[in-house]
Amino acid sequence: MNNNGLSSYFQFKNVDWSNMWGATWETVWMTLVSIIVVAILGALLGLLLFETSNSESIWAKVLNWIVSAFVNIFRSIPFIILIVLLLPATQAMMGTIIGPKAALPSLIISAAPFYARLVEIAFHEIDHGVIEAADSMGATQSQIISKVLLPESMPALVSGLTVTAISLIGYTAMAGAIGAGGLGNLAYLDGFQASNNTITMVATVIIVLIVFICQFAGDLLVKRIDKR
Amino acid sequence: MIEFKDVSKTFIAKEGEVDAVKDVNLTIPDGKIYGIVGYSGAGKSTLIRMLNGLEFPTTGSVTINGTEISGLKGSKLRNQRLKIGMIFQHFNLLWSRTVFDNIAFPLEIAKVPKDERKKKVQRLIELVGLTGRENAYPSELSGGQKQRVGVARALANDPEILLSDEATSALDPQTTDEVLDLLLSINKQLNLSVVVITHEMHVIRKICDQVAVLDAGKIVEQGPVLDVFKHPKQPITKRFVNQETGSTSLDDTNVVVSELLEKYPNGVIVKLGFHGDQAQLPIVSSMLRKFPDIDLSIIEGNIHQTQEGALGSLFVQLISDNKESVHGALAYFTTMRVETEVINREQ
Ligand SMILES: Nc1ncnc2c1ncn2[C@@H]1O[C@H](COP(=O)(O)OP(=O)(O)OP(=O)(O)O)[C@@H](O)[C@H]1O
Ligand SMILES: [Mg+2]
Repeated sequence: MNNNGLSSYFQFKNVDWSNMWGATWETVWMTLVSIIVVAILGALLGLLLFETSNSESIWAKVLNWIVSAFVNIFRSIPFIILIVLLLPATQAMMGTIIGPKAALPSLIISAAPFYARLVEIAFHEIDHGVIEAADSMGATQSQIISKVLLPESMPALVSGLTVTAISLIGYTAMAGAIGAGGLGNLAYLDGFQASNNTITMVATVIIVLIVFICQFAGDLLVKRIDKR
Repeated sequence: MIEFKDVSKTFIAKEGEVDAVKDVNLTIPDGKIYGIVGYSGAGKSTLIRMLNGLEFPTTGSVTINGTEISGLKGSKLRNQRLKIGMIFQHFNLLWSRTVFDNIAFPLEIAKVPKDERKKKVQRLIELVGLTGRENAYPSELSGGQKQRVGVARALANDPEILLSDEATSALDPQTTDEVLDLLLSINKQLNLSVVVITHEMHVIRKICDQVAVLDAGKIVEQGPVLDVFKHPKQPITKRFVNQETGSTSLDDTNVVVSELLEKYPNGVIVKLGFHGDQAQLPIVSSMLRKFPDIDLSIIEGNIHQTQEGALGSLFVQLISDNKESVHGALAYFTTMRVETEVINREQ
C-alpha cells in the first residue's frame, strides 16, 4: 500500500464506506445524547449557581460554594484524564468501558459544568430591571424562571450550547481513540494504526462537516430567536 | 388611601450606612395623581418601591387601604402586588415577547384564562393607542410606544394604584407630554390612584393634584400643586418651581428691574400673580382704562397650565405722576383677586 506522499490521502478504494457511515452515526449519536443531557444538567446547575449567587441566606451561599467548586474542578480536568479517571465508574454505570455508550458519562461530566458556567453568565446578563418588573407584578420564582430567565436568555443559551456541542464533537474523537467508537476511533484504528491515510482524511472531513453544520444550525437558530 | 408612618430606610452599603429615607409621614388620597419630586439620590425610588414591597422600611409602616405592605411576605405579598401596577424609566419590557405578549404577561402571572387574556389585552392596546402594533417586538418601537406598552402592562390586572418611577425621564419633551396625557386620561377614566416620582417639575405641574418635595430622604414640603407653585416655602422647592415656571432665572429679571428703576425713578414695580380664571380676564387693560394717567411697561411674564387651572405671573412697572392712581391701581388688582407684590417702591 502506498503510504507515502500526498496521493496516500486519496486512495478512496481503500475506504470501507459502511464502516465510515457507521462510525459517523456513532459520533453523531454520542454528541446528540450527551448534548441533550448536558443541556438539561447544565441549565439546572447554571440556574442553581445564578439563584444562589445573589441570595443573602447562608445556605444559599454554602450551596453556591459547593456547586462552584464542583463546576470548577470538573472543568479543569483535561478530558483524556477524566476518561481514565472515570473508567471504574463507567464500568459500574454502563456495564462496559468500550463503545459509544461508555463514552457518555465522561462526555457529560466534562461538558455539563462548562455549560453551567455559560448558563449562569447568560442569566446574569439579563437586565435586572426586567426581573424586578416581573417581581413587582407578583410573579413567583418559578414563573420568573420559566417566563423571564429562560426566554430572555435563550439566544445566549443556544449559542452557548453550540459552543459546547462543538467541543463535545472534539471530545468524542478523543474518547474514540481509547475505545469509544465513532470517527475518532476509526481514524485511530483503521487510519493511523493500519497506515491508511485516506481513512484518517475522510474521517477528518466528516468531523469538520459535522462541526460546520452544528455551528451553522446554531447561528441560524440564534438569529431567529433574537428579537433584540 | 396610602399611608407612610414614620418611615425610615437605612441601607448598609460598603461605604457605610446610607439613610435613603428619613422619618417620612405621608398620606396619599385615592383617585388622585400624587407627585413626589426630588433631586437624584433623594430617596424617591426607595420610597415608591416600598409601596409594592420591592423595598422594606427599616422602621415605620407603609399601609395601603389598611393593609400593611411592610408586613407582607410570600404569597400574600404577591397577591397584593397584583393590585399595584408599576411603570419604569427604562420600560423593562421583555424583548423576547411581542407587544401583545408583554401586556399579557401580568395576566399569565395572575393565571387569567387564555380567552379572557386575549380580550383584555386587546382592550388595553386600544386604551393606550397601540392598535396595529400588537405583533411588534419592543426593539421595533419608539421610546414613547415602549412606555405605552409599559402602561398597558401595568394596568392589566386592574390595579388600584399605579406607580410611576421616572416614567418619562428617558423620553423627549414631546413624547413626555404624550405619555403624561395618557397617564392623566387613565387616572380620569379608571379613577385609579397614581403615584408619580420625578425630578422634573414639569411632570408635577402637568398632571399632579398634589406634590411632596423630597430632599435627602425627608419630605420638606407638601400640598396641592397650585399652592406649592404659588407659594413655595423651602429654597429647594423655589428652585424646582423656578425650573418650571422658568422665571427666566430670577437673576435676569433682577437686572432688568434695577435698570428700569434707574430709568424711571418714579415708577413702581409690581409682581402680579394670576391663577385660575383671572388668567383669562383682561384685568390689566381694564385697570389702564380706569386709571388713564398710568403708563405701564411689561418687564416679564409667563403663564403655565396646571391640573387646577392656569398659573401666571407678570412683572410690570407702573409709572404715574399721581401717587393716588398707583395706589388705586394696586387696590383694583387686589379686588380682582390678583396677587400683587410691590418689588421696589420709590420713596
Ligand atoms: N440597594 C441599595 N444599597 C445601598 N444604597 C442604596 C440602595 N438603593 C439606594 N441606595 C442609596 O439610597 C439613596 C437614595 O436612592 P434612590 O434610588 O431612592 O434615589 P432616587 O431619588 O430614586 O434617585 P434617582 O433620581 O437618581 O433615581 C442613594 O444615596 C442611594 O445610593
Ligand atoms: Mg430613582
